[in-house]
Order: sequence, then C-alpha cells, then structure tokens
Amino acid sequence: MPESVSLAAARVFSIWYRNALVWRKSALRSLLGTFSDPLLYLLAFGYGLGRFVGEVGELTYVVFLCSGIIASSAMNAATFEGLYMAYTRMETNKTWESILSTSVGLPEIVFGEILWMGTKSVISVIAILGVALLLGLVQSWMAVLVIPVGFLCGICFGAMAMVVTSYSRSYEFFLYYVTLLITPMILLSGVFFPLSSLPDGVRLASAALPLQHVVIVVRALMTGSVELVDSVHLLVPLLFLLIAGFIALTQFRKRLQN
Amino acid sequence: MKSSQNVSVSKVGEIPEPAPQIQDDRPGPQTDRPVAIVRALQKSYAGKPVVDRVSFDIRKGEFCGLLGPNGAGKTTILRMLVGNSMPDSGSLEVLGYPVPREARRMRARVGIVPQSDNLDPDLSVIENLFVYGRYFGIAGNVLEMRVHELLTFASLTDWAGSRINQLSGGMMRRLSIARALINKPELLILDEPTTGLDPQARHTIWQQLRRMQREGMTLILTTHYMEEAERLCDRIILIDNGALLADRSPEQLISEEIEAHVLEVHGSGVSEWCGTVELPIGVRCEKVGETVFFYGENLHWIVDRLDGESRLRYSYRPANLEDVFLKLTGRDLRDA
Repeated sequence: MPESVSLAAARVFSIWYRNALVWRKSALRSLLGTFSDPLLYLLAFGYGLGRFVGEVGELTYVVFLCSGIIASSAMNAATFEGLYMAYTRMETNKTWESILSTSVGLPEIVFGEILWMGTKSVISVIAILGVALLLGLVQSWMAVLVIPVGFLCGICFGAMAMVVTSYSRSYEFFLYYVTLLITPMILLSGVFFPLSSLPDGVRLASAALPLQHVVIVVRALMTGSVELVDSVHLLVPLLFLLIAGFIALTQFRKRLQN
Repeated sequence: MKSSQNVSVSKVGEIPEPAPQIQDDRPGPQTDRPVAIVRALQKSYAGKPVVDRVSFDIRKGEFCGLLGPNGAGKTTILRMLVGNSMPDSGSLEVLGYPVPREARRMRARVGIVPQSDNLDPDLSVIENLFVYGRYFGIAGNVLEMRVHELLTFASLTDWAGSRINQLSGGMMRRLSIARALINKPELLILDEPTTGLDPQARHTIWQQLRRMQREGMTLILTTHYMEEAERLCDRIILIDNGALLADRSPEQLISEEIEAHVLEVHGSGVSEWCGTVELPIGVRCEKVGETVFFYGENLHWIVDRLDGESRLRYSYRPANLEDVFLKLTGRDLRDA
C-alpha cells in the first residue's frame, strides 16, 4: 500500500514536473505576465485612488487593496492556467492523449494539473507579497501563511476552470466563464471595496462563491488580525475544490475515454 | 460495384463459443498465453455499431496487421485495447491484465505510436523522451541511458536540443516510435506509422520494426498501405463495418481469397475491346471506371491478344494483398 501510494504520487508529480519544466523555459516572461497586471492595479488604485478614499475601516486603502489583489491574482493565475493552458495541452497539442498512453491515468493527470495551477497561484502570490513587503504593506509575520492560502485558492479555481475546460469545444467558450463569473467575482468579493458597501442580496450571492472567503482570510493574515475562527472561511474554497474536481474528472473521462 | 463472394471467411464472432469471459484454462506456462485476447468486443457510438462482436487472439512475437477501410473500426479497437475507450460489451485481456480495469498497469508494458504525432511541442526532442520516461516512473541513470540509446536509435542525436516543430515528418515519426520504446515494451501498437512519409523514411521505419520483431517483440499495426502490410505482417486481421472479415497470413489470404494473377487493362476503347473477350470459367472480370481487371490462374492468352491493341495499356502481375482487400471490402468510397 505505501509503495503504491508513493508510485501514484510520483505519477502525479510527473505531470506537475512537465508543466514546471515548460514554465521554467520562459519563467521571466511568464512572471512578467502574471504579476505586472496586479502590480499596476495595486500601485495605480492603491496610491492613486487611495488618496481620495482615505481609510477603509482602520486600514489605509493601499493596505486594504493589497490583500484583495493578492487573492484575486491567485485566482486569475490558476484560472488562466486551467482554461487556456490546460485546453491547449488537452485539445490543441494532444499532450494528455500522449500521457494516456503511459502508466499515468486520467485522475493523475487531472490531479497533477490542478496541483500545477495551485503552484502558479503560489508563484504569483509570492511575487506580489515580495513587492508588498518592499512597500511596507505587510503588517504581520502571519502574512507568510498567505502562501498556503494562495495555494488553496489556486487549486480551487484551477479545478473550477478545469470543469469549464472539460466541457469546452473552443477557446471562445472561456470568455463566458471569465465575463460572467470571474470578473463579477473580482468586483463583488471585497477586493476593491468592503463587502459592507454591497446590498444584502449581492453580498449573500458573493458569499456563496469562494473568492470572498479567500480575501477575508488573506486580509486577516496580512494585517495580523486573524483569529482561528477565520479558518472556517477556507471551507468554502475547499468545498468548491472537491466538487469541481469531481465534476471535471467525470467529464474528462466521458470526453477522453468514452 | 461490390463483389460479394461468399468465401469462407472466418467470422470468429459467430463461432458457437458461448462464454465471452476469459478464463485462465490454458495449459502450459503463462508465457504461452496470448499477448492479447479479444472476445466479442462491441462498441457503438450514438446507436451506430463501430465495432461489432470482434474476437481474436494475438500471440507472442506476432507482427499483426489490423486492416480495413476508413471508418472500419481499427482505431476504436486499438483504443479499447489500451484501455482508452470503454467497450459496450465483450472482454479484453492484454499481457494478462483485464482491460479496461487494469489498463493503467498494462500500459506500463506497452508502447503506443499514435496515428497523428502528439509529441509535446513545448519540449525539445530530448526533453520529450525524458518527460515521457518519467510518466512511466523511470528516472535517474536508467532513464538517462535509455534516452541516449533511443536518440541514437532514432538517428536524432544531432537534433536532441531542437524544438519539435523544427523536425521533418519522418523525424517526428521516428521520435514517436523511440518515445514509445522508452519503457521497453513487450507489445508495440502502431496506428498508421508511415502515413505521409517519403519512401526513405518509410523504409527506415520498416527496418526498425522488423528488427524489433526479431528481438521478440509483439507488434500490432494499422495501415492503409497494403504493400506495407504484406511486407511486414505475418498475420492480417481484416475488418469492415466493425466486423471481422478475415484473419490469416497475407500469403494465405492471397492464395485462398483471390485468383493467382491479375491483368489490368486501361486505355481508350477498353470497354469495346473487353466485349470481344470471351471469359472461360475461372476467369473473373471487373470494370472500374476506365480500367478492366481480369482475375484468373493463367491470363497469358489475354495478354497475347492485347499485344495487337496499341491503344490499350496493361499490366500483368501476381495478385497481391490490395486485390484481396478490394475484393473483400469492395471498391466503394468510404467516409473517414
């Protein structure tokens, strides 16, 4: 049993390794892509708009925004990887098809891919966290824990993106998911302004989605105001991860091994 | 113009063998067990049967050609054989593993060369081999050694660092075959390995495949080139419309399914000329467009008469596998 588990882990890792190897080749370019956008938002809105906003609760706007940017860029990094990149590997390049000719099974591909999406989120989180540290926006050593939270956020949104990919017949399809779900989620999850300014109905709807909960936890960690009870918020992305992972695997199986 | 001779084609699916279940009741050591046991395999897409009660065994060391027109069900059978397509019914066993249940473990000992190259375009030539080896759990020095062996085998050592899109079609195909050998497979499955290649590349691949068979490997190949099947395979499984049409050696198929010789005649006025030839019993004539085919044991007498017809061109040759293929599956065009 332990040996078969370690072999399965090695197979999952081989998928992760393949993606990491490819990423490493263009690391600088990818890094620029994943983190120039969130950084611009942080600087422009945080310092520019922040001057007019003043403080949110007890935080300066740029500190408030920083946590939101970290969470949303973790989501974006994994979402992009799970939509466009995974679809390219599956459909355009038939890479998964070639992997399915080996000892690696479909669940291990899906699992390895989702782990890689979590890794992409972690890379993005670390990059922004580093900038935040330089700008003096990190207020607690607890901010280190933002990294594993970013990973959870990544595997959750990676799995959700994989559901979309598993049903998709073209790249165009992804636009619906991004426009109808991801973008509204960024706007309504307490990234740019506090949840308290949302109407009750909208706030409730937003609470049913994972990003809001990730933002709450990241903000609590960044400002050192975290309490144990906040970890309950992590159950929402965890639940989404499990359900999405299951649906994605079922649908990929129908699609690739019918 | 489909010739529907009721030749004694062995339809294994119709053998009164009630149990499609595979039982390990064969005497002798495990090594005598066929590499693949296929029983009453059935598969439909959208209610349309694509594989219809197909049964066959593949023995160790065989070079088996799976032939049939487009849409006959060849690729579907291969996909089911390696566990990447689920049969509706019937049973499959490959290398002693029940498929699809234990397909993943079985694939650790099988090499697969797909119809269209699915080499990883994000990786270089050598990385393709390395990463593929890791999918099999091979690592370290063993992998390092094998990768370099295979680069030599595929004559791609000078191209190790190149991107996949810099390779020619023949190189890609050689790399695909090398990649499929990374796990030292006992069974190699090739889906149209030489389609679209130039004669040089094709002959190189033929030599490689023959060498593998000599070294004891079992091979299954699909191809649309009958010449290729005739040269390489010691057994032909012919399928059409998802069902098994014939299962014999190429020599047997040619000697049993068709007359010994073929005379092809074409040119202007061939139809009128053909009307003047009186066919004795045992000689068959087929008109396909502007060409007339005669089939018989001895057709020299027709050839003699042709010598006076300057407008007509002809070729007189022994019958080959392509003649058998066309006779058994008909000349109608198939949709892919």
